[in-house]
Amino acid sequence: MSVLTVLYALLFYVATATLAGGVAWKCWVYARTPQPLKIPIPPAPATRRGVVLRMLTEVTLFRSLFRSNKWIWLFGWIFHVALLAVLLRHLRYFTEPVWFWVDMVQPFGLYAAFAMLAGLVGLWARRFLVDRVRYISSPSDHLMLALLVAIAASGLAMKYLVHTDIIALKAFFLGLMVFSWQELPADPVLLVHLALVAVLMIVFPLSKLLHAPGVFFSPSLNQVDDARERRHAAGWSAKIVRAGRTPGG
Amino acid sequence: MATAFETPPLGEYPVIPLLREGAMAHSKPFVAKPDLQKGLGFPGELVPEWEKVAVTKLGELVSQSRALRVFLDSCVKCGACTDKCHYYLGTADPKNMPVARQDLLRSVYRRYYTFAGKFFPWLVGARDMTKKVLDDWYSYFHQCSQCRRCAVFCPYGIDTAEISMAARDIMDTVGLGQKYSNEIIGKVHKIGNNLGLPEPALRNTLDGLEEDVKEATGVEVKFPLDVKGAEVLLVTPSADFFAEPHIDGLIGYAKVFHAAGISWTLSSHASEAANFSLFIGNHDNLQKVAERIREAALELGVKRIVVGECGHAWRVAYSFWNTLIGPFDFLDPRYPAPQHICELTYDLIRRGALTLDKSANDDKVVTFHDSCNVSRGSRMGNVPGGQFTIPREIIRACVNKFVDMAPETIGETTFCCGGGGGLLTDDLVELRVKGALPRMQALQRVVEEHGVNYMAAICAICKSQFTKVLPYYEHSRDMIGSVHGLVGNAIVLGPKR
Repeated sequence: MSVLTVLYALLFYVATATLAGGVAWKCWVYARTPQPLKIPIPPAPATRRGVVLRMLTEVTLFRSLFRSNKWIWLFGWIFHVALLAVLLRHLRYFTEPVWFWVDMVQPFGLYAAFAMLAGLVGLWARRFLVDRVRYISSPSDHLMLALLVAIAASGLAMKYLVHTDIIALKAFFLGLMVFSWQELPADPVLLVHLALVAVLMIVFPLSKLLHAPGVFFSPSLNQVDDARERRHAAGWSAKIVRAGRTPGG
Repeated sequence: MATAFETPPLGEYPVIPLLREGAMAHSKPFVAKPDLQKGLGFPGELVPEWEKVAVTKLGELVSQSRALRVFLDSCVKCGACTDKCHYYLGTADPKNMPVARQDLLRSVYRRYYTFAGKFFPWLVGARDMTKKVLDDWYSYFHQCSQCRRCAVFCPYGIDTAEISMAARDIMDTVGLGQKYSNEIIGKVHKIGNNLGLPEPALRNTLDGLEEDVKEATGVEVKFPLDVKGAEVLLVTPSADFFAEPHIDGLIGYAKVFHAAGISWTLSSHASEAANFSLFIGNHDNLQKVAERIREAALELGVKRIVVGECGHAWRVAYSFWNTLIGPFDFLDPRYPAPQHICELTYDLIRRGALTLDKSANDDKVVTFHDSCNVSRGSRMGNVPGGQFTIPREIIRACVNKFVDMAPETIGETTFCCGGGGGLLTDDLVELRVKGALPRMQALQRVVEEHGVNYMAAICAICKSQFTKVLPYYEHSRDMIGSVHGLVGNAIVLGPKR
């Protein structure tokens, strides 16, 4: 077994553990942190059902962003949907036999790679061209886009320019999943692609990519507007000691 | 700070300005004096090792508020909010873009509480807590009116108000408080209202109002104070006792109660609806100030609590009272607790209990300014959006000529008046005038296109702010008025025909 294979196998174990463990930890921290007051932001639904619908439109259609800025919405939405299609397409490297719907996704996933790249370039261009967005961008914002662009570009390069042995690659990943390591093809582009993906996975729970789990915990979006009907108390507001008298007291 | 400044031009149509770095760096409100600070339980001046104290307090606040934690972690710097703040639109200072304002605090959070900020500060824009950072906080967290407009547009619902409240709480904790807000909270604790109006003066004012209304209408409309056993306790901003155009609103409420035959009372113990503790983000004071109202309601044995025209007071009442001073199991369950005066009036109008003569307001072409805290921090009625429809229905029932301003400037995307969130002070007049720009642009259009000459509002801060800034934009200060001022004009007293 080559040193490279061992290195990449370990890298992916570390990356997967960091991603899963990190996101789970963050979710636990968010869930455990109390929200003492009601702060829903309009349009705030008055029912739990309404909130579920609101969250769905937010995370699938980016509804608030659409109201806010059509360009960011266009690039951002295209990027995210394309990324989803690309991720689904990649499931074929982790399933044997390949699930039928993953088969069906394959051609879409291919177009999606280009769409994803276009979305990323659009978002990145805004960081240079719009003075307001340029002002708020820090090096990490640029690097994050660079990382995603490099992942997409290296992936496309393997599809169209320098093919890799995808049979062996699949064997490598299937092997990883059952702790039976197989040789990884030592193609430079593949190694770059995989290394960058691992970096993305490790960075995820440490960076602004936390917006993905974060959005579900956002009180302004997920609270029901029923403050008068239902008494809300959590954290310090659950510990209020009333100095005044109570009725009949 | 009475430095000279130019009122921004209204322009043909609103534009998003190019950045002018440092344009408002000089804007700082007066600092609270030590005795003022101590009265609220804060240190009098900057404490030793304040940097450490500030960072510790930040950690505490984050662990106590899911909102703060999620908001500090989740921003992706997409830029959606950058052109949504009225202070940015009016000043072009980049630190008035909501995300940049948040980053003033987020950079410190990252430095001390995140892996990336601890080890790679330059990469993620993390900063040490220094005097320069504190100065920036003091300046720019007092250029946020906590109006929540940015939060409506943020894909994650990140609410800059929560962050600016936290920053002000931290500043108070290290001994750097804002004079205006803290002085007012002190007065509420000591005397019972923001204006520092003692009980005899209040009674005197109310007696005077009874005489005025008797003179004008011939009807004996009462303005009761501390009447035990009244049906309704009315809690209203103390500005309503004091000055135009607020006082017309109070007269309007009194006429509504009179016409509907509802017994009501004000309370000298809780003669103030406002709760500026919201603005400084301090929950001890928030609870303490709110508690007076529960005490007054119990003391007077009322069945309902109704809140007058005050934006942030209604946010606190609607969204927080049940949590802070509830449950309201001692009130009549047939009515919402608390109830907004507009809900009460609207209900009476719908039931035909009021006789309204619209022609009494025929000298006016009216528009309605949605106040930020009512629009984005509360609701009225039992369907979402009632806070927008109910005041408009009341106005339509009282006037013949009503037009709305441009849709992106009203409703849930309304622009703040420019004076909310504890900024309604003369030491911030430049900020207030510039921050009013987007509202003034929208108003200008309906003035030109529809001849609007009256802008109604349901917030004491909005009313005071516009009274001050309208002249800067070459409008009469009388243009701003109360919704219940319109009701008061239109209402026909005496036996119903």
